[in-house]
Parts: sequence; structure tokens; C-alpha cells
Amino acid sequence: MHIIVPIKQVPQSSDVKMDPVTGTMIRSGRSSTLNPLDLYALEAAFRLTEAHGGSVTVVTMGPDSAANILKEALSMGAERAIHLTDRPFGGSDTYATSYVLSRAIEKIGSYDLVITGERATDGDTAQVGPGIAAWLDLGLVTYVSSIEEATSTHLVAERLVEEGYQRVQVALPALLTVVKEIAIPRLPTLKGKKRAMASTIERWDAEAIEADRSRIGLKGSPTRVVKIETPKVARSCTIYHADGDEATLAAVDHLIDLLEEQQLLKEVHHG
Amino acid sequence: MAEVWTIAETHNGSLKEVSFELLARGRALADELEVPLASVVLASHTREGELERLAAYGADIIYVAEDERFASFTVHSHAAVLLPLVRDHGPQIILAAATTTGRTLLPYLAVKLGCGLTADCTSLAIEEGTGNLLQIRPAIGGNIMATIKSPDHRPQMATSRPRSTPLGNMDTTRRATVIRVDPPSLSTDPVEVLGVRPFRDQQTSIEDARTVVSGGKGLKKRENFTLIEQLATALGGEVGASRDAVDRGWATYPHQVGLSGKTISPELYIAIGISGAIQHLAGIKTAKRIVVINNDDEANILDIADVAIIGDLFAIIPVLLRRLNERRKTQ
Ligand SMILES: Cc1cc2nc3c(=O)[nH]c(=O)nc-3n(C[C@H](O)[C@H](O)[C@H](O)COP(=O)(O)OP(=O)(O)OC[C@H]3O[C@@H](n4cnc5c(N)ncnc54)[C@H](O)[C@@H]3O)c2cc1C
Repeated sequence: MHIIVPIKQVPQSSDVKMDPVTGTMIRSGRSSTLNPLDLYALEAAFRLTEAHGGSVTVVTMGPDSAANILKEALSMGAERAIHLTDRPFGGSDTYATSYVLSRAIEKIGSYDLVITGERATDGDTAQVGPGIAAWLDLGLVTYVSSIEEATSTHLVAERLVEEGYQRVQVALPALLTVVKEIAIPRLPTLKGKKRAMASTIERWDAEAIEADRSRIGLKGSPTRVVKIETPKVARSCTIYHADGDEATLAAVDHLIDLLEEQQLLKEVHHG
Repeated sequence: MAEVWTIAETHNGSLKEVSFELLARGRALADELEVPLASVVLASHTREGELERLAAYGADIIYVAEDERFASFTVHSHAAVLLPLVRDHGPQIILAAATTTGRTLLPYLAVKLGCGLTADCTSLAIEEGTGNLLQIRPAIGGNIMATIKSPDHRPQMATSRPRSTPLGNMDTTRRATVIRVDPPSLSTDPVEVLGVRPFRDQQTSIEDARTVVSGGKGLKKRENFTLIEQLATALGGEVGASRDAVDRGWATYPHQVGLSGKTISPELYIAIGISGAIQHLAGIKTAKRIVVINNDDEANILDIADVAIIGDLFAIIPVLLRRLNERRKTQ
């Protein structure tokens, strides 16, 4: 089983600057990390290849520094790492990004599964996974919380949805996006780190993946960020101190009155 | 006149509330643009009177495709109907819910149709002069608001969260044109739905809940977490949890609120024994009212709270439960 896992470098904290002109994120000079939700995609892929044989290839699109997250994935057990990096990729929205990744996946070739995290913690869109499936015409199963069965032709999995867990069977090759429930991610091992140091990361540019120039970067992105604002937190907090029984009772009653006033208490059914 | 569309969602033949919320947003846009508003319904069947409700909440046109296969969602069966429908009618805007369904379907359609999509919009407006859709969404853990548009591509697509907007006025005298759509025969769907296993603890999802009561590490141990469950029940709400509480096994992952859990917009959010780490706050920035119970009067969570009771939760919650109970008895 050959599994491709697209991963993303995200800022370590949520404290990110935006370029006021292009509306894209400014990342340089800030510490970055592997998107924490991608760890679950990697773990799901490792468990499948450990159980059924095969290998995991990781791919990322991003600046030079994104090589670090590929190293991290290699040290956890990925066998091959591909870094899509080229100036024209810059400024890609989710449409252009999913196009670039789909071109790379096509070039990697002969895969059974593509597994992504649920979403990246910076953009928070959850659009790239489904987008890749659309470009490649793959069966798409999102929000996967467990994989029950995997054969060379299909997979039985559960999705975490609003009503509960939806059980599905999907024909391979397919694309899955996974949620945190799928497994507990492993840590890189010392042996893995050594192996990662010795491995080379392949660098591909727009030409290598035969990307259509009109579909990549800012130019290939249908969406434009036209304004960025920092919302002012308008809340002012009313504080009640519950020191001692009397104060506690008073505080609780204030709260109940307030909730009642705003009709936030459960409807009381008469009779 | 290119229409504004909303994608309705159904469950067992009934329309979900979010379908009407989308109409409230869509109605405002359609009025501004002076174009018809349409709602698209894909369902195994629709209960008597359901489509009339869409009209009452603002739909001028209702496209309905009924087929057994829509009893449960697969992106492929939905896209097979929607792609030709969009190509035939050329709507200028498509709005869907930011649910597991909408967030799967729309990015898939966006690529197939070659157009832009903005997830989780908190407000939508029409740009003066150009008529472009302005899509406003929180980004980077809610620390900034970004306005996004898609000037050269149609349709313009956006999702918004359930409960992020109030329902519009209902007018039962309104009528809509119902257009039945024959679902094209889909030779093979790569995804086959085998069934649905409801949540073990009978919870509805916290994203749909009007009230969410969350507990964190301040609860100290599993047994104490029942206080959260009792309070949620007393308030007719659902149970949420911080990551620390989920990691300790006090609540299951579907209850986790925050960056790596769920983003929710309930009417009322009560955070108990939760410090308010930035990752937790990311999940509740759009909650309407936030109540805090914490013994630390400098906890981060107070920055975004409306009301806080500062003190020992183990002393406060039993009193709160008792008073709620007394109130119920006296009514
Ligand atoms: C990548 C990443 C993703 C993350 N995602 C999430 C996420 O999705 N959701 C999330 O919640 N966290 C997330 N976290 C973790 C987050 O950083 C915090 O560690 C976590 O939210 C803390 O949980 P807590 O508030 O329950 O615990 P604590 O921070 O330990 O807070 C406990 C609170 O309880 C109060 N308390 C203690 N005893 C009492 C008492 N007797 N009475 C009243 N109050 C009391 C304390 O004053 C304190 O404020 C994430 C972290 C990372 C790095």
C-alpha cells in the first residue's frame, strides 16, 4: 500500500502578520511547525503501511524552511519526501494549492490512498483535502475517525459527523481527511532522526510538476483577501466574587436572573 | 438575473435549522442584488409542508431532487446533481452550511467549477458598485477578520456556521416556484454508506447546541466531571470540554472545543475550570454570551467573558444546580 500524505508548515502561534497589500500571510522570521492536525494523517498512514506493507510519501508546498517538517515526517517513518517550492507558487489560495498538490501527487504516481489532516490550524479552511480529491477524481471521505478494514481494493471507515459515526466503504484509490480520534501520533525516534538526516528531500518546481501557470500562485487563485482587520473585543466582563456561602448564593442568583432575562434557561414544561 | 442559491440540509426528511439560517443570509443578498433567491434540496424524501417552510423563510425558487441515495451524504452523489444544475442555471452566489457536509461538498464543487470559496464566513455583504460578494471570516485563531472576494469567478461560494445568524421573519403567505430535478443516474459512487452509529452518550453535536457547558482541568478528576453533565442537563445544553479534559478521558473527542476540536457559536457558553488558552478561545470566539466559573480572577478566559463567578467551582456548581432546581419547582 502506497500512501501519500500532503503536510503543511504552520506558524507556531496564532500571532501572525498579514501583508496588507496582497493579503497573504507573512511567515518569515517566525517560528513554524508541522500543522498539528497533520500528525494524525501521518499516524493513520503509518499504521496502515505497518499492517499491510507499503510505504508513506510526504509532500509539502512551501518556502525553504518547510523542509523541516518533511524531515520531521521522515524521522517518524515516512520513506520519501518531496518539497514543492518555487516563487510562482507563492500566494496560492486553497484552489491553487490543491491544484499544485494534485499535480505533484499525479507525478509521484501509483498510490492507493492520499491522507490529509482535517484542516490546517492557520487557514482553518479544510478545503485543500477535498480540493485535491476533486482535481484527481478520487473517492473522497472526510472527517474519518477510524479505519476498520483495508484491502487492496477498498477501505471501510467511520466518519465523525453531526449525527454520530457514519460507516462507509470507499473504493481505492481514495482521499481521506482524518480527525484527531483516528490514533495517537507517534514521536520521532532517534533511529528515525538519523535516517532522516541521511535522506535527501526532493525539490520540485512548477516545471517539474508540469503546472499550468494560470492555475498557480496569486494569479491562479480565484479568491482575493481585500481587507484585514483586528476585531476589537467589545466584551466587558461582569465579575461576581463567590467567597463564602452568602456571596456564592448571591452570585449564583445574579447569574440565574441574567440567564432568565436573556431567555437562556431551559423552557420549563408545565403540567 | 443570476440567482443566489442556498444549499439546504435535511435529516430524516426534515430540514435542518441551518437551512433557514442560510435563507436569512441569502435573502439579504438577493434583495440587495434584486435577484431571485433559490434553495436547493437533495433528500431521500421531504416531509409534508417542509418545502413550504423554505418559501416562508424567503426562498423564491426551490430546486428539489428526491432520491433514496440522498438518505445519507456522499460528496459524489451530491456533486452529480449539483454540477449540472449549477452549469444550467448559473447562479452568482452559492451559500452552504459549514457542517461536515457543506465543508466537504463546497470545496469539491469549487474545484470542479473552477471558482473561489471562503469557509466559515461570519458576515456576507454585497460590494457597492461591483456587486461582488464580500466574504468576511475570522482567520488565524480568530485574531483577525479577513474580507475576501472572488471578483472574476462565478459562482462565488461561501460557507457559514450553524447558529451564526438569526432566522429571518417567517411569512406563511409567501409562495415559491418548486422545480423538480431528476437526479442523473450515477453509474458508480466510489463511496457507499453502510450505516450510522449514533453517539454512545446520546449527545447531539455541540455545534448545534444552543447552550454548551464545558469543563476543564479544574474539575480535577473524572468523577467530578458529572457536575458539568448535570449542569448541562439542567440548562438543556450539551457538554463540552477543554483539550486537557479530553486528554484525561473525562470527555470524548467529539466534545472538545477549540483549535484542534470544534469551533462553536452557541447562544450561551459556560466555561468551568478552563483557563482560556488561546487554542481554547479559538473555538468560542463567536459564542454569543460567555459565562465563566473559575477561581483565578486573572484567567485568560475572562478577557472574552461576559459574566464570571470567581470562586471554587466545587462550592459554586452545587448551589447553582440547587437554585435551578428550586426555580423549576416554583414555576
Ligand atoms: C496545537 C495545539 C492545539 C490545541 N488545541 C486545543 C483545543 O482544541 N482545545 C483546548 O481546550 N485546548 C487546546 N490546546 C491546549 C491548550 O493550550 C491548553 O493546554 C488547554 O486548553 C488547557 O486546558 P484547561 O483550561 O482545561 O486547563 P488549565 O489551563 O490547567 O486550566 C485549568 C483552570 O481551572 C481553574 N481551576 C482549578 N481549580 C479550580 C477550582 N477548584 N474552581 C474553579 N476553577 C478552578 C484554574 O484556575 C485554571 O484556570 C491545544 C494546544 C496546542 C499546542
